[in-house]
Amino acid sequence: MPYLTKLSAAALSDLLVRKEVSAVEATRSHLDHITAVDADLHAFLHVAADAALETAAQVDARRAAGETLNPLAGVPIAIKDVLATRDMPTTAGSKILEGWVPPYDATVVARLRAAGLVLLGKTNMDEFAMGSSTEHSAYGVTRNPWDRDRIPGGSGGGSAAAVASFQAPLALGSDTGGSIRQPAAVTGSVGVKPTYGGVSRYGAIALASSLDQVGPVSRTVYDAALLHDVIGGHDPLDSTSLTESWPSMAVAAREGLKDGALKGLRVGIIKELSGDGFQAGVTQRFNETLALLVAAGAEITEISAPNFEYAVAAYYLILPAEASSNLARFDSVRFGIRVNPHSGSLTSEHVMSATREAGFGPEVKRRIILGTYALSAGYYDAYYGSAQKVRTLIQRDFAAAFSQVDVLMSPSAPTTAFKFGEKLADPMAMYINDVTTIPANLAGVPGMSIPMGLAPEDGLPVGLQIMAPAKADARLYTVGAAIEQLLEERWGHTMLSQAPALTPTEMFASEEGAV
Amino acid sequence: MSEITAEQVAHLAYLARIDLSPLEITNLTHDLGQIVDSIAKVSEVATADTPATSHPMPLTNVFREDIVVPSLTVEQALSGAPDRAGDKFRVPAILDEE
Repeated sequence: MPYLTKLSAAALSDLLVRKEVSAVEATRSHLDHITAVDADLHAFLHVAADAALETAAQVDARRAAGETLNPLAGVPIAIKDVLATRDMPTTAGSKILEGWVPPYDATVVARLRAAGLVLLGKTNMDEFAMGSSTEHSAYGVTRNPWDRDRIPGGSGGGSAAAVASFQAPLALGSDTGGSIRQPAAVTGSVGVKPTYGGVSRYGAIALASSLDQVGPVSRTVYDAALLHDVIGGHDPLDSTSLTESWPSMAVAAREGLKDGALKGLRVGIIKELSGDGFQAGVTQRFNETLALLVAAGAEITEISAPNFEYAVAAYYLILPAEASSNLARFDSVRFGIRVNPHSGSLTSEHVMSATREAGFGPEVKRRIILGTYALSAGYYDAYYGSAQKVRTLIQRDFAAAFSQVDVLMSPSAPTTAFKFGEKLADPMAMYINDVTTIPANLAGVPGMSIPMGLAPEDGLPVGLQIMAPAKADARLYTVGAAIEQLLEERWGHTMLSQAPALTPTEMFASEEGAV
Repeated sequence: MSEITAEQVAHLAYLARIDLSPLEITNLTHDLGQIVDSIAKVSEVATADTPATSHPMPLTNVFREDIVVPSLTVEQALSGAPDRAGDKFRVPAILDEE
């Protein structure tokens, strides 16, 4: 039943709850579609077909027995490979963890299992989430379903591509500097970075602990909200987890569908996140979306956030510093590969150095060395210390902005999906790409990306970023659902219904022989 | 251009416990110089009276009840180890013989 893969998680959930479709049928449809398209797209690093069908059968049996289950029970989901899964390899896109099966589940994964979601497999990513294109995966690139010569964004390119190509209605991502929102933008899907501490990081392989946040990836705002409600909330296993109780994001999203949901909404446009460096078609779609908002009764104010100019610089000091410390755990003793040096004595120190030489890719080495430099004596105050001060200034910019407006908006990314290789040779060109998304991570505030059209010049998706004050995640879902509805009414269709049809894998087999 | 030298990169790689080939050191010296030039501007606005922020949502004294909870079994803890000896992780020699 191929049509099942086209449904939103909410629509599929309705059919499952009414027992018009079984979880096994829904799961099999998605697995068949993965078989048909993913040898080419390569969104998945691992597909757990047998386990998925077994979970689905259990959900069907429980429903048949009259149990009341979570509405998402039986809905398939893909998991970014940065999250620990006790029955699937977890590599974070790195050779150093090749084949590692963790002895425990990440809290978010455990919550999915408890709610009866069907785990399809693990999705590709830049190694240890370092990148904006998924080109830094040790296991090969993921292709953008809109154009197979272009990047699907990163680091969570696999999760975004899986959702955008209808291989799964839902996925989990992680966002340290935009790794959920930017892939959503360039694939025409939806991605949410929750408030820092709103979703547990336990079992998420750490990149930069003060920036990392796990969140939902989907095709609709409402689906993201349903998933957020499953994974969010306090977790005693994560000491940075916020203890408050959260409102239902799904209820908040439904509020956005009511008439007048945008009336009186105060929207701030960030001056520093526009103009030079933004592709013409991105700016055009952004301005058109603002016009729609004004017509719907929203008030637009231009806001200056002067310190955002320093956000990328601060981020590329804080992130490498934290990463160089976090990745010290890959010492070839407790998990991962062990490689002996070609020469010299076989001491722990030499074996560790040889293992990390062989196991880490070039971007990971670059950032560890950069972080080690930023933290070293004599440079600490000038670099890491200054970056932490910039973080304060950016938080103040957000505080000033949110004293005037309810939400902030910008394009989610300065450009549409770029071509493979375009930014690989110049690390700064790749880093600058995250200029729009990084400020939210530095300040801990929530951000969402939703599709806002196709750029006229290349026909590729453009994303709208919405940001709210810390802990006001529900506001994102209300506003996001309202704008999504406005845009779809105007287009007369959803964004992803316009994506080119995917050619079954066999068609590419001969052409790809040399790749 | 910041003055990052190949010797400095080699020393940083030693501190980070990553063997690097001469080619990698050359490339990283170049990359690091460029990146540091681009990010050094943080010091332009980081004045002495600006407090540092290390964490977006400050929390203090996060404790749990002091009670025993289930943890990994020895088999689970050793399941990902590249080498083991009975119930222990087996590691290469810590000290060099020389």
